[in-house]
Order: sequence, then structure tokens, then C-alpha cells
Amino acid sequence: MHGITLHLAAGRWTSIVGPNGAGKSTLLRALAGLMPCSGSVHLLGRPLAQWQRGDRARALSWLGQNEVAADDLTVYDIAMLGRLPHQPWLSPPSGADHAAVEQALRATQAWDWRHRALGQLSGGERQRVLLARLLAVQAQVLLMDEPLANLDPPHQADWLLLVRALVAQGKTVVSVLHEVSLALQADDMVVLAAGRVLHHGASNAPATHAALEQVFDHRIHVRQLDGMWMALPRLQAP
Amino acid sequence: MTLSVALRGRWLGLALVCASLLLVPLGTGVGSVGLENLWPALLSDHTEPASRAMAWQIVWDIRLPRTLGAWCAGALLGLAGAVAQGLFRNPLADPYLLGSASGASLGVASALALMGGGAGMLGGASAAAAVSVFSSHWLVRLGLTGAAFAGAVLAVLLTLALARGVQHTLRLLLAGVIVGVVLGAFTSLILLLSPDSLQAMQAFLLGSTGFVGWTSCLLMAGVWLLCLVAAWALSRVLDGLALGESTAHSLGLPLAPLRAALVAVLALATGTAVAQTGLIAFVGLAAPHLVRAVVKVPHGRLMGLASLMGAVLLAAADLLARGLIAPQELPVGVLTAVLGGGYLLWLMHRRTGPGGLL
Repeated sequence: MHGITLHLAAGRWTSIVGPNGAGKSTLLRALAGLMPCSGSVHLLGRPLAQWQRGDRARALSWLGQNEVAADDLTVYDIAMLGRLPHQPWLSPPSGADHAAVEQALRATQAWDWRHRALGQLSGGERQRVLLARLLAVQAQVLLMDEPLANLDPPHQADWLLLVRALVAQGKTVVSVLHEVSLALQADDMVVLAAGRVLHHGASNAPATHAALEQVFDHRIHVRQLDGMWMALPRLQAP
Repeated sequence: MTLSVALRGRWLGLALVCASLLLVPLGTGVGSVGLENLWPALLSDHTEPASRAMAWQIVWDIRLPRTLGAWCAGALLGLAGAVAQGLFRNPLADPYLLGSASGASLGVASALALMGGGAGMLGGASAAAAVSVFSSHWLVRLGLTGAAFAGAVLAVLLTLALARGVQHTLRLLLAGVIVGVVLGAFTSLILLLSPDSLQAMQAFLLGSTGFVGWTSCLLMAGVWLLCLVAAWALSRVLDGLALGESTAHSLGLPLAPLRAALVAVLALATGTAVAQTGLIAFVGLAAPHLVRAVVKVPHGRLMGLASLMGAVLLAAADLLARGLIAPQELPVGVLTAVLGGGYLLWLMHRRTGPGGLL
């Protein structure tokens, strides 16, 4: 990736889109401080490198693409890992930790199988548990790489509602989504092409829609249906 | 009714403690002088003082340290297995993965070859027997035990040097395999050049608890307690690592120093067990698996349970090794290898279950 200069607004949901190999996940990893980059990343106005490890972990939570998880851990244990940044070393989880985990598991409708091992769950169910782990951090900034992988349409809709609720609470959400129609529900979009930012703007802006159609070789067209912007496949090249 | 995870964990722990309490007295009674002969000799009022003293000596000097030694070695291997599987995020990882086994073998082979050269002073013709790896001659024993431990530690250090630290799990794994193969080749070369050492070396390779004394026993128990506390304190890192390195990093875990500490625990536990009992296969691999087959627990609780499971497995295997073809003995490592191999086969065929390998 080269020459990336981005300012992602706090308290908004930004989705990063682009064709395969455009650098979406790489950009998100760089934003999370998970890979070295020659420039600098600022989190809440302060260079990422200047953050204390624990403070950063409490301010920024991360959900990776195809995140692995030990099948032997129970759903509750996995969600409790999200509380690690809040727990002093060697001390058991506090009442606040248990409350946060319960809230997160209920938000992703995973509370009922909290005692089951992750290995006993389907792909979509696992993803909801991992989402709960992300939520349990109760961070100000949430970065998610393909959070809707394996989720069926009802749970995708639930996720959209959840993200909107988080943004309403003042949280900042940045997500990589390959489903352009879902990405269009964000407040802002970053359109990537070949490792560069092609466009950054509001999701409902015509310029954003034009950039989207351009970056996908005009094989999609963006239309409004029932008040929502959707990307529809264009079966014949224009 | 299904038991909660915490309750199942407690029941398993309790069952393993009970099994240990049963195995230790059994272990002191089984052998060439059987349970029926030894205990009456100790407990009866009509036993002659000389017989009673001999019986007491057999129990106190030989069988009790041996049985407790098997228990401690099993606990070390079970703990090391749980650490290795968490550290490498691989259910097939075993404690010997960092090259400690091949390092210990090379250490013992080198020591045997050197001592074999000066065998005249140790007993002339029976050179190999005199320097048997489990000889009770304290100088020889200290030399071989020390050589095994030094070899194990040096091999782990070599693995770490080749992997350029502990940052990359895969590199660490590959370096461990390479070190294992190369040191194994050196061991074979030494044995080829010094055929007198072959018989003694075989005893080390097969593993045996036969000559564990009180010193070894106390050493293993001390190291086990130290490693258990350290592994428990580091268990959150393993839980975090289970979600992948990126997520563990994002959760604020300082991975590099904590991983180095885990490698140190792994090396110390494995090196100590190998130095005292030789190469005992599969206990470290199977113990964490068996625990997880019963109860899914985070690494904090897995450490204690896998230790207890390893201890019970090796103490039971030791008992079987002594009892199966009594008065002859099977090398306990052979027995654990056969039983462990069978267990792995069963795991492979358990394709559909959550614990299945394939």
C-alpha cells in the first residue's frame, strides 16, 4: 500500500471496500497497529506508538478475518478473553467483567449456549461468539475484518442494528466488508484499488457510488431500494 | 442432567487425586516381592526384625521413590504437553518438539561414549553395564543425568537461536524439527563409533522409572511445583494465543517475553523429566487430550488437570510395566508408546467428534 492518508471520523461507521487484493485487510491491520508501516497511525488523536499497551487494548478492539479460536474453550471463556485488557494480572474476573460478557453474549444472541464448547458450534454461531468477544472489550474504536462471514441474513441484519447502536453510543466502527450492499449501509466508505485510496466519502454520496462502480469495472450499479442503497450486479458490461 | 464445566473439572481433579492416592501404595507393593508378601512383613507383629527391616528398605529406598518418581515425571510431562499444545496452538504438539528429547539423547550418548572410554576404572569387562544410564553409581548417574539435562537445554537454546527468538510459532516449530533430526543423526553417529554404549543408550531411549531415587524424586517434585505455578500464571497468554497472534496482540498481551517464559517452562519441565527417566513417549501428548475429552477448561485449569492426568498415566503405566510379565519388567516407555499409539489411532478414527484429528 502506498500514499495512504485517511482521517476516519470518530463516532461514525466507516466501511472499507474494494476488489480482491486491493489491500482492505492490510489497511485495517495497519490501523490496528498489527503490522509495521512506514507512516504513522493516530488513534483518538495520539500516535498509536505512544499508547501504553493496556490503554490501547482497552480503547481499540479488533476482530480478524477467519479468526481462529480454540475449539476447546467454552463460549463464555472466549467472550471473557475480551476482558483481558481490563483485568490485572492473575486476578479473577470482576463483577464488571461478568456483566460485560453477559451483555456482549446477549447482544449477539449467543448467551443461551454460553456453556458449550466453540467446536460444537456452526460457522455462523462461532462468528457471533467472536463478535461477542470483540464487544466485551467495550472499546471506543472497533475494527472488524469481514465480521459477517458465515452469518445468515437475519443475523447480518442484527449485526447492522448492533453497529448502528454502537455508533449511537458514540463508538467508532471501521469494518472491511466484501458485500458491497452491506457496506453501503455505513456512514462513510473508503474505496480501495490496488493499494491506494480511490475515494473516501459518505456512503450516500453520488461520488462514492461512482467510485464503487468504477473500482468494480462497472459490473455493479448502485441503486436505491426502499430507502437503502444497494449494489446490484450488472450482468452485461456497459 | 449435565454437570457444569466447573463441576466437571472439579470431579475430574478429585478422581485423579484419588487415583494417585490409590496408585502410590499399589506401586510400593507390586514387584518381585508381591503385595501379599511385603505388607504383612511390614505390618505383622510376628515378623522378624531383619525381615521387617528388609521389607522396609524395599518400600522406602526402592519402591516408594520409584512410584513417586513416576508420578512426578508424568506430572512434568503432562504439564509440558499442555504448555506445548497451547504455545504451538497444535493439539498434536508434544513436549519434545523443541528438540529437548534429541538434545538429551545426544547428551547421554556423548557421556556414555566418554565414560565407556574409561570403563576400566568402572569395572573392566562389563563396561556398558557399569555405565548403564540408570546405574546407581552416583558419579555416573549424576554425569548422565546432568548430560541429559544439559543436552536438553542446549538443544532448546539451539532451536531458539535458529528460530531467531520466539516471535514466530511456525519458525519455532520448524527449527525444533530440524534440531531434532540433526541431533538425532549425531547421536546415531556417536553410537556407531562407540558400540559399547548401545545397550546403555537403549535403556535411556526406552525410558524407565526403575532407578529413580529420593533425590531425583524431590528434584522433579520441586521443578513440577515451580513450573506449575509459572504455567498457571502464564495461562492467560495461552488462552489469548488460542484466538490467533493478532488478536492476542490486540488484547494487550506482551507476547514476546511471555512466550519466552513459556518456552522456559516447557524446556525446564521436559529437560528435568527426560534427565531422570529417559524418553517416555506419548504421556505429554495424551494427558491434555484426555483431560479435554472429559471437560473443556481454559489453560489455567488445564495445567493442573493435565499434570494430574500425566502423573496418573505414568504411575499406572509403571505399575503395569512391573506387573504384566512379573518378575520381569517391561520398559515403561515401551508401554506408554504402545498405549499412546493406540489412543492416537482411536482419536484418528473418532473423525466426527469435536476432538477428532482429521
